[in-house]
Amino acid sequence: MDLLRFITCGSVDDGKSTLIGRLLYDSDSVSLDVLATLEKKRNATNGDAVDLALLTDGLKAEREQGITIDVAHKYFTTPRRKFIITDAPGHVQYTRNMVTGASNADLAIVLVDARQGVIEQTRRHTLLASLLGIRHFVLAVNKLDLVGYDEQIFNKIVADYQAIADYLKINNVVAIPMSALNGDNVVRPSKHLAWYSGPSLLAHLESVPAAADANPHEPRFQVQYVIRPQTEALPDYRGYAGRIQSGVYRVGDRVRILPSGLETVLKAIEVGQKEVTLAEAPQAVVLHLRDDIDVSRGDSIVPVSGHPSVVRELEATLCWMDERPLRAGRKLLVQHHSAVVKASVTAILQKTNIETYESMGTDEAKLNDIVRVRLKTAIPLVADEYRQNRQTGAFILVDDQTGATLAAGLVTATDPEYFTQEVPVEPAFSI
Amino acid sequence: MPTPIHLDYLDRLEAEAIHILREVAGQFERPALLFSGGKDSIALTRLAEKAFRPGKFPFPLVHVDTGHNFEEVIAFRDKLAAQLGEKLIVRKVEDTIRERGLREPGGKYPSRNPLQTYTLLDVIEEFEFDACIGGARRDEEKARAKERIFSVRDEFGQWDPRRQRPELWNIYNGRIQKGENVRVFPISNWTELDVWNYIQRENIELPEIYFSHERECVVLPSGQLLGLSEHLHLDETDEIVSRRVRFRTVGDSTCTAAVESDATTIDDIIQDILVAKVSERGATRLDDNLSETGMEDRKRNGYF
Ligand SMILES: Nc1nc2c(ncn2[C@@H]2O[C@H](COP(=O)(O)OP(=O)(O)O)[C@@H](O)[C@H]2O)c(=O)[nH]1
Repeated sequence: MDLLRFITCGSVDDGKSTLIGRLLYDSDSVSLDVLATLEKKRNATNGDAVDLALLTDGLKAEREQGITIDVAHKYFTTPRRKFIITDAPGHVQYTRNMVTGASNADLAIVLVDARQGVIEQTRRHTLLASLLGIRHFVLAVNKLDLVGYDEQIFNKIVADYQAIADYLKINNVVAIPMSALNGDNVVRPSKHLAWYSGPSLLAHLESVPAAADANPHEPRFQVQYVIRPQTEALPDYRGYAGRIQSGVYRVGDRVRILPSGLETVLKAIEVGQKEVTLAEAPQAVVLHLRDDIDVSRGDSIVPVSGHPSVVRELEATLCWMDERPLRAGRKLLVQHHSAVVKASVTAILQKTNIETYESMGTDEAKLNDIVRVRLKTAIPLVADEYRQNRQTGAFILVDDQTGATLAAGLVTATDPEYFTQEVPVEPAFSI
Repeated sequence: MPTPIHLDYLDRLEAEAIHILREVAGQFERPALLFSGGKDSIALTRLAEKAFRPGKFPFPLVHVDTGHNFEEVIAFRDKLAAQLGEKLIVRKVEDTIRERGLREPGGKYPSRNPLQTYTLLDVIEEFEFDACIGGARRDEEKARAKERIFSVRDEFGQWDPRRQRPELWNIYNGRIQKGENVRVFPISNWTELDVWNYIQRENIELPEIYFSHERECVVLPSGQLLGLSEHLHLDETDEIVSRRVRFRTVGDSTCTAAVESDATTIDDIIQDILVAKVSERGATRLDDNLSETGMEDRKRNGYF
């Protein structure tokens, strides 16, 4: 059995909570006592129906305001798969939550109300999900019961959406007509939708290739912790513990330590205290090197050919997540998994309008803005471009005073030759 | 391109948890693993072995003992710590009650669970722990569904759902200011069934009370069964019966209900769970039912 992580995105009232509730309910994933709580509410709210949305709306404040404000996680299992649902809010002021949810997802369900069709929010959610590197999309056209289960309406929405997908070069869109409220085509096919011959939503989720399907990346590994027992029995044991971020490692591989550049050979690989001849992402392993060289937390152990870039200047796309706007010249920390380095934002190059997809010059990034910036780091960073590698191309920006997470960062260019040419606004100062 | 190894979902959950434990080791100076003697924290010790052996754990095990624990669980705790060769720190809720002049909970079934918070905060202060690893899971309760894996608490241990840090990819930001500390939940993404499947796969030993055994129980008005113990204040109206039961969670014996079961092996338990479908907290924790937002209120106040 494998694992699929997906995110659900839609605007308020498109029926996202109802849809997740329906998935859990119809796949028998709701426990009896939770059902009982729902039953109690039956009369108070929705006339006679059980309000499935109550299964996902967790926090008090949300219940009071009647909206979903944070990222929530739900789990269910079918005989074929374990699923992790990330339910992220829809409002524009929660773009950061949507980005957070999308960062860990393999698939995005983009929900559309059949009466409204593709709207600005749909464009926004699709852009963000694709920006964060999600490859599989489901266009869930919901509330078809309210438009008479009309095939023409469905087709029109699919065509509108396809234009967005084409523009963003998304080539894995599966469109599914449904009514989350009535349960049509969520788990079970529906007689109302006889004209539709594709899979129900759950059938599709069970069969779409999972994250595990392909692991095409170059081998990448970063040291998290050095294991050195220094006991009488093991005076010389020195193992580099970490997670394989991508690709496959084999005993005997020639490897390079970055950023130092020293070369050696993989002498042994351990997984859960057992020696193995090879290991692959995302396994947590301990690597042993043939030579006694200096390696510490945050260093990368990678193949000698096809290794990542080692840079002190790079371009990145940020989703700014802090109330206080970002301006050029700001000093902060880059946390690149287990490596933390001091950095400075030397220029804010442009901002993307997430509804029209247009770029424009800007000199600051406000909360929820998507901007392209140039960064300089105090010591070299070992990175790939995000579109090549969702692990080593990702970082966060951290406030060195408060520790707050300020931004999600995606490496867009490590080679100055590909840096954005015009710098519309001069940096206030640089390091 | 086919991958050379087939990793199933448990391998992936395990790898994620080990990665998180190693981040704790790398990012914090004085972490601790909160150990309850229950199956989730026992599974955590196995994960810690996989993360750090042949080295020692970079943290002690810390048990906040309500004093209402089942004897078997305490004995098991001590045995496991000895087997692991790791340091175990125990702090008792009754000492906190005495030192702080708190009121012992009253009623027929007095639960010390709410008082655990004080002992926990005291032990954090005593050892200046900057990170506490716990075995909580997001599927346990809906307020937990929004908990981060690295959850920053202020000096009063408080959790503010609106001020949580966004948690992106698998990058964990544990940077804190003086007085703050972080609660870390490596098995956040596991369900109860996942934990049982892992225990089975890894052949992990558990306290006997998880398996079916004959026990004297009090029948509560709700029909739930409470294991008989000296901590309950019973009277003649209470009905005492002897039943074959097992526990699904261990903790304060005054508020952890037993379920009738003939499950004597982990296989049996997994079958039970697949059939039963009463969620773990609902079936066995009496205190969360008090109010629908019970867990959320307690979390704000620094409860684990
Ligand atoms: N008729 C109809 N109503 C729906 C459907 N799905 C959701 N709704 C209703 O739309 C409203 C908003 O749904 P909810 O799930 O709370 O939306 P969310 O804000 O996206 O989570 C509720 O009144 C639902 O009952 C559907 O398929 N058909």
